[in-house]
Order: sequence, then C-alpha cells, then structure tokens
Amino acid sequence: MRTLAASIAFLTALVAFVPGVPPFWISLFNLIGLASLVAIGLVILTGVGGMTSFGQAAFVGFGAYTSAILTTQYGLSPWATLPIALLVTAVAALLIGLVTIRLSGHYLPLGTIAWGMAIYTLFGNLQITGGFNGISGVPPLTLFGVALVDPKQVYPLVWLSVVVAVVATRNLLNSRVGRAIRALRGGRIAAESFGIHTERYKLAVFLYAALLAGLSGWLFAHIQRAVTPTAFGLNAGIEYLLMAVLGGAGHVYGAILGAAVVVMLKDQLQDVLPIFFGSGGSYEVVVFGLMLYLILQFARDGLWPLIAARFPKTTGRAIEIPSGNVVGAPDGSERVGSEILRANGLVKRFGGLVAVNGVDLSVRAGEIVTLLGPNGAGKSTTFDLLTGISRPSAGEIALSGRRVEGVPSRRIAALGVGRTFQHVKLVGDMTVLENVALGAHLRGRAGFLRSVLKLDRGEEHRLMRMAGQALDLIGLADQAATPVSELSLGSSRLVEIARALCLEPKLLLLDEPAAGLRKFEKDALALVLQRLRRDGLGILLVEHDMDFVMNLTDRILVLDFGTLIAEGVPAEIRANAKVQQAYLGGVA
Amino acid sequence: MDSSIAIFLAQDGILNGSIYALLAVAFVILFSVTRVIFVAQGDFVAYGGLTLSALERGQTPGSLWVLLVFGIVAGLLELGRARGFGLRQRYRAIILAYFLLPCAVAAAHWLGMGELNGACRILLALALVVPLGPYIYVIFFKGLANSSTLNLLIVSVGVHWVLTGVGLLSFGAEGYRTNEMLSAVYQIGPLTITSQSLSVIVLTVAIMLVLYFFFNRSLEGKALRATAISTRGARLVGISAESAGTRAFTMASAIGAASGILISPITTLYYDSGFLIGLKGFIAAIIGGFASYPAAVIGALGIGLAEAFCSFWASALKDAIVFGLVIPVLIWRSLLSTHPEEE
Repeated sequence: MRTLAASIAFLTALVAFVPGVPPFWISLFNLIGLASLVAIGLVILTGVGGMTSFGQAAFVGFGAYTSAILTTQYGLSPWATLPIALLVTAVAALLIGLVTIRLSGHYLPLGTIAWGMAIYTLFGNLQITGGFNGISGVPPLTLFGVALVDPKQVYPLVWLSVVVAVVATRNLLNSRVGRAIRALRGGRIAAESFGIHTERYKLAVFLYAALLAGLSGWLFAHIQRAVTPTAFGLNAGIEYLLMAVLGGAGHVYGAILGAAVVVMLKDQLQDVLPIFFGSGGSYEVVVFGLMLYLILQFARDGLWPLIAARFPKTTGRAIEIPSGNVVGAPDGSERVGSEILRANGLVKRFGGLVAVNGVDLSVRAGEIVTLLGPNGAGKSTTFDLLTGISRPSAGEIALSGRRVEGVPSRRIAALGVGRTFQHVKLVGDMTVLENVALGAHLRGRAGFLRSVLKLDRGEEHRLMRMAGQALDLIGLADQAATPVSELSLGSSRLVEIARALCLEPKLLLLDEPAAGLRKFEKDALALVLQRLRRDGLGILLVEHDMDFVMNLTDRILVLDFGTLIAEGVPAEIRANAKVQQAYLGGVA
Repeated sequence: MDSSIAIFLAQDGILNGSIYALLAVAFVILFSVTRVIFVAQGDFVAYGGLTLSALERGQTPGSLWVLLVFGIVAGLLELGRARGFGLRQRYRAIILAYFLLPCAVAAAHWLGMGELNGACRILLALALVVPLGPYIYVIFFKGLANSSTLNLLIVSVGVHWVLTGVGLLSFGAEGYRTNEMLSAVYQIGPLTITSQSLSVIVLTVAIMLVLYFFFNRSLEGKALRATAISTRGARLVGISAESAGTRAFTMASAIGAASGILISPITTLYYDSGFLIGLKGFIAAIIGGFASYPAAVIGALGIGLAEAFCSFWASALKDAIVFGLVIPVLIWRSLLSTHPEEE
C-alpha cells in the first residue's frame, strides 16, 4: 500500500512534464493540489478529530488575503509573506478555535457556519480586502529570479506541498499525539481518564487544519494572481467538506481523491451539462448536493476505503513482546499495606436527590476492595467522584494523602489512578495495541512537532512495548493487531484493563470488569487481578457477580440508596442481614 | 440618530424579525420531530416568492416542473418502499399524493387559476411549493432516519445545493418583487405604517396562533409533539414517525412559502436569497436551543432589530455582526446542554 501510494505520487509528479499534456489540465491539477491541502486538514479535523467544519474556506482566505495585501500594497516579496500569512492564519484560527472547540454536539458545525459566514462577509465588505471586487495584480512567486507564471512552473511547488502535508499528517496520526487525537471522537471522558488534555488537542488539531488551509490560500493568491471573496465563502467551505467526506473522512489519501473528483467534476459539469440543459443554471451545485446525499446513504465511509479494499491488506507489523514484568508493578513508592485512597463523608446531590450520602472508604496497596450494591445504589456516582468526573457536594478524597476533590480526571490519572468503564469506551477504528497504548499517554512526552517530524520513534517503541506487555499480562497478546471493533465484549473489557495498566497505576478502579465475560475468562481475569494485588496495586471493583467477587476480594463495601450499609470480609457480608434485605427484599 | 429614525429602524427590524420568527419556528418543528437541521428551509422562501411573481407575470413558474419531477421521484421511492398489509390501499394513496396531486396543481395552473384573482394566485403558488417539503423528506431523509444529527445536517446542506441549483434553473438569475396587494398607508404620530408591512406582522401572529392551537389542541399536533419527545415512545402508541416526518416537512415548507409570499412585495427576491434569510431564522432557532418556540421567536425579533440598527451604523457589516453575535449564543447553549456522550 505504502509503495503503491509512493509510486502514484511519483507518477503524478511527472505528469506535468509529459509533453503534450495541455496546460489547462495542469492548471486543473494545481487546483486539485490546492484543494487537497485543505481537505487533508479536514480529514484530521473532521474525520479523525470528530469536529465538522463548514468554515475551512475562511482560513484559506486569511492566507490568501494576507499575502495579497502585503504584496500589492506594501511591496513585500511573496516568499516573505509566507510566514506572515501562516502567522495571521494561526492567530485567527487560535481565536476562532478557542471558541469553537467549546461547542458541543451539533452546535459545533453550526458555529463553523456562523463564523464562516461572518468572515466571508468581512472579506467582501472591508476596504482593505477590496470589497467584493477583491484584489488583483498579485505578483507571482519567483524562484532564482524566474517568475513562476506558467501552470507547469508552479505545479512542482503545489504538489511538493501536498506530499509534505501527506507525510506530516501520516506521521502525526501514527504517533502518541495522533492516538490522542483519534481518541477525541470516542468522547471526552474516556480520553481524559488516561490523562489526555482533550481541549488542548482539539485546539492543536484545529490550528493544524487551519494552517494547511492558510498555506493553500497563500499558494492560491500567487497562482491565480487575484483574490476575490467568493472563493472563501460558505459554499467553498462546504465544497471542501464534500471532498473530505467523499474521499473518506478518515483517510489522508481519500482527501486527495475527494479533491480530485470534486475539482474535475466541477470543471467538467460546468462545461458539459449546459450542452444538454442549456446555459443559465449552476448544475454542478445540484450534482454536488445529490452526491453528498448519495455518499451518506450508500458509502458512509467515502470512496477511499472502497478502493483500498481492492488491494491486499498490509497486516500489522509483527509485534514481539519481551517477557518480564514491567507494566503493572508500582514503582516501589507504595509499600504494601499503605493507604492509597481514602474518602471521607462523600456526598453527591443532584438537585433534591442524594445519590451518595456520606460514604467512607479506603483502599490500601496490595488489596482488592469491592463496592457492591443493587441498581441505583450510587456505585457509579461514587466512581465518578473518585475519578474526578464529577465533583462531590461534600466530603474529602485523598490519593496517597493528597486531597483531590474537584481535580479534573486527567490530573487524577497522572496521580496513578487507572480505570475501566461500565460501558466499554475503546476507539473502534484503532487496533487493540493502539488502544492499549493510549493508556501509556502520560508515559510519553513527544509533542506535535516531534510527531510530525517523526523524531519520536524511540519513545514510540517504548510505549508500544509497554502496551504489548500489558496485553501479554491479560492474555490477549495474539490479538494486538486486531481492530477493537472485532472483539467480543469480554475481550474489550480486558483490553480496557490493559489500557489502564499502561498508566502504571497505583490504584486500579474497575467498573464491572466481569460483566459479559465467560466462565473461563472470569477465571483468567481473577488470576490477573490476584497477580496485580501481589505486585502491590490497590484495586477497587464495582461488581455484581457474587461468585467472582467472593473468592477474590479482601473487603466488601455494600451501598444501598447512597449509604454504606455494611463493610467486611466476604464471609461477613454473606451473613449480614441488612445486605440480604437490600438484595433479596428481606429474609424469609 | 433621532427618535424618528430609531422608530423607523425598529419597525423595519420587527418586520424582518417576524419573518425570521416564522422560519425559526419551522426549524424548531423540523428539528424536534425529525432531528434534521434543515439548512434549506430558506429556499422555500425564495421558491414561494418567485413562484408568485412568475404567476403574476403570466409565466409558468419553473417550480411547476420541480414539483412534477420531485413528486414522481418521491412517489416511485414510496412505491418501492411500501410493504406489509393493505398494499393496494397504500398504493392508491401514494399515487394520489405523489403523482396525481402535482398533476392537479399543474392542471389548475394551465386552466388559468393564477389569472383569476390575487387570492387564487397565492393559493396556487402555495400549492406549487408546499408539496416540495414532504417530497424532499421522502427523497432525502426518510431512508436516513437512523443517521446522526451531523449526517442529517450534511444531507440538508446537499438539499440546499440542489434547491439553489434548481432554483436558478427555474427562476433565472434575475430578482423579482411582487405587486403590493394592499396599498393603504397609516400615519400614527411620527410612525408611518404601510398596510403591507402591517399585514406581514398580523399574518405572522395569526400563523403562530394557528400553530399554537395545532400543537396544543389537536390530536395530530399532540402526536407530532409526542414524536418530538420520543420517537420510540410515539411509535409504541401507534404514531408513525414517518408520517410525523412528512407532516413536519409539510408544515416547514408551508411556513417557508408563506413567508416568501409575505415578503415578496417588500423585498426583491433572488433564487438564492432564501439562504441568508433562512440562516437568520436558523440563528433564532439556535437561540431557542432548537427546542423552545417562544425563545426562538424572541431571538428572531432580536436578530431583526440588531440587523436593522447595525445597518444604520455599519450597513456593509451587518451580516458579519449578526453572524458574529451567534457565537456567544452557541457557547451559552453548549454550556446549557447536557453532554449526550454518556449512554
């Protein structure tokens, strides 16, 4: 696949120099390249990051207008304006992004429509941007004193930019940062629970996509030599989105494919359809509208996956996992028996409802504690309080003596608390190994730039090895390269545990880990948990499965209507009349 | 700015605001019943106004062909989808609603209904545009009932493109204004009120009242509200989500076309004018969080007024300001909305 893509790229690079290719076609290829840059940004913003933007054309506009104004009115050279154009785009994207990433659900795309319209109107009405007539007479780019005016001359520059963007984006996606971005779509809560600062990553992705658009705008200004606002309006923005969706919103090459189809169709439709239907219509718009509908109806993942499926699939790299116990063992700072978690008088009220009412609990290093209780007893709410998802109305929580009420969950993760979820939260289109490696997010440091430049390989190797070891521990090492969407529910729960172990936690919070597991899987899970206990981890379980719990747990806490009604070793709990009453509605 | 200008601007703002309010209500109805954020709502406005204008000029409006084509496509799709018992009866209903209805409207036009008098002309214009709403639902949205809100939004953008492209083809690039139906002018103190603009406001209020009674008093209206609250729950008590969708789209296109007819004597409409008008109604709907009708109406009046006063101080930038103002509203709405992420 990779060599195929490389050879296609190489062949496209040569197309312009084949004698006899009409310059018109080369101009078209240039337009495809320019659109691809924007669409690649959208792939990572929308397809991977889950933020749908209808307003990307506005950032193309920032790049284009900045350069057009500086070169025509202030006499700067086009090359000198490149950094300024990118800087202006970045500042605009930062301000707009800070607002946009805060929008939730469908408010986010609506927000992009709003600022897309506002910016377009500004471009069309401000004096400095030349109103609706725009700016003409923008100088061409020059290279070694030669002005690049012929489409053939700018062609290599355009496609060089595209290749750089593709390589950078692929590197990015295939890194610690990339995994964090891919986890964004899986929801904020899961990502934050292993230490990902979701807002920061959202903003970074937004900036990245905007910068690619700005670069495209800068090239556009000096290739078209004129800038008018319509190229940066809402319709243009929707066209870019169409390209990304058409190609397959999660695939970098899909962006180029989508751009090629849309740009060529637009050109051809503008020429061909009037022959049949007469001039005076804008038929391409109708066709594009129908296309949007047809894709979402029949090929929701776009065209690229359909094409990619025709080629033999490159299997995931063989993963060799060194034996030995690295993951899971605490760093020795916690002695067995020392108190890791203590909560005193936890209260959580939702309006008039008291979901948790004065719960005290503690977990020591090297013990397994279970939180038991009928439905609605407040177990999950307690979990949310302990992991920083919601803030207690009253009470104290301390991790190794440090107070953490109201501390965001990513900070709690950093303090050594790993968790799993009652409803499994894995990133469906990532492999098992990549999902587990997400848990090791805080064990790495590589940032955006190092990832893009691929300077993170040493660290990547280390993170992947940690993930591999964690998988080995739960007995799923042979599934490392499987997409998680193909796993059974039971295996998915185990993968979540492996992910939590990658955090190298002192405390492991497991929300119904045995639910959906078969008998032999439960036995295997119990062995793993016992081993972790031996290694000195503190484990807090929420569980319904009595058999599983009774043989495994050191202590059991029973919650009913938000209040602790019993606490003790399993045998005591089994004999406790209150517990029997809560569970069975009274003893006969 | 003296008080007479302020009064004039306020009047203008309320006039536009009431149109935005109508559209906002249509957005809210559509979204709550079908979860479609129907960006193309404004296109019905342009279609309504331009159809009436074409009828006035004694031409065959392009929307007639649109109606026939959409009707046939939707009807064929419906015939293909029909399953289960009572098929013959259902086929008959489909043929009636999707094939015969457009033909009847076309016949009425060719028999000269549009030339009788103003009221007949308006009725004919409505009959030409309103069925497009349910046809669009059947063609584009019915099969996507389980898609995410986002996918439905993207499809509605596609529908908007189709409607603008077809609109250009049907009505041409020129803008039109219809004749004033009422010409009286009232003078109240410093206030000059044309009966035309008064009629817009009166009719807006009337439509709102009809909607209010429909949703609160009639069984059908209550069924729509039930679907809006829970599609599954409504289905369990025998309310079909699909017929609710058809109804909601009919109401939306009726409101859109009526708005277009109302403003066509006051504003020049182009084939693509609807989008901007629709977007403003849409913003009002956002202010209401796509859920509250009164909040949407108040938001719409606010937008109308903001726009009127902006056009006094910074006429060129009024749209930029209006759209810019949405963003704080969106943030506020985002903060209010509970995160649907958790199951």
